[in-house]
Amino acid sequence: MSWTAILVLACGAYAFKAVGLIAGDRIRVLGRAEPLLALLPPALLAALVMVQTFDGGRTLVLDARAIGVAAGAVAAWRRAPFIVVVVLAAAATAITRAV
Amino acid sequence: MNRSAPPYVRDGIVLGAAVGVFGVAFGVLAVASGLTVGQASAMSVLVFTGASQFAAVSVIGSGGGVATAVGSALLLSARNGVYGLALAKRLPERGVRRFAAAQLVIDESTAMAVAQRDPADQRGAFWATGLAVFVFWNIGTLIGALGGNAIGDPKTLGLDAAFPAAFIALMIPALHERPKLAAALIGAAIAVVAVPTTKAGLPILLAALAAPIVLVTQRSRAR
Repeated sequence: MSWTAILVLACGAYAFKAVGLIAGDRIRVLGRAEPLLALLPPALLAALVMVQTFDGGRTLVLDARAIGVAAGAVAAWRRAPFIVVVVLAAAATAITRAV
Repeated sequence: MNRSAPPYVRDGIVLGAAVGVFGVAFGVLAVASGLTVGQASAMSVLVFTGASQFAAVSVIGSGGGVATAVGSALLLSARNGVYGLALAKRLPERGVRRFAAAQLVIDESTAMAVAQRDPADQRGAFWATGLAVFVFWNIGTLIGALGGNAIGDPKTLGLDAAFPAAFIALMIPALHERPKLAAALIGAAIAVVAVPTTKAGLPILLAALAAPIVLVTQRSRAR
């Protein structure tokens, strides 16, 4: 991979981040976008959870990840500390893969 | 660590450490795909979007073209723009700090920021998490690129399941608000439908449609 390609990718990735922040300011100035903006993080993060749990490369798969995420979700629901959720999810997945 | 440090500092470091293990894996993969140590590290500093970086070097490593590599990586990084929209009001920084903040707009910093109630905590959680992830990701990349894959595959440790579980934990308090719960459920449904039918990156981007869908439904009900 050439330095040119790396720099193009870096500029493109940064542009998305920066344009998002700048546009976020502008939209707020125009007003009334607040309810819409507030719903974007839950929508995208829930989608991210699905992709990270079930994406098998253009197909949905049910594997050891789902066991760990389910264990972590239950712990989170029961208000376990954040680190417990993270470690439990990883451990449950690792053990499922090992057996 | 300081006992009086806010909880988000500790949680941000937990996330950062998990990201660091993936940083090692990225460094190993990047060098195996033909990148130099300098290129691998430059990518982690300048691109700083894990999923995009993995996609780019995977395409290169499997013999794909540079245009395909950059294209698929950019598609995966586009969601950071949507995060930026929502984070703008939480980041009053101006000037150089604003430029630096933009580079830290990623999944982890966004999830941690929006999980806080207090505006000062939202801003603090963004910076604490963003910086922790940045430091661990770059140290990990350098270790991996220099050949130190002693930590092994992060998947053996189950760390690929740690992130979705962490994001669920961070989202739960907000899901008591009905519109946010609806947006999360619709966003998740869109992603599940889109994974088998669209390119990587699009399922999460398309989930943004959940926001206007919820608002329009709310307004038509109110009438």
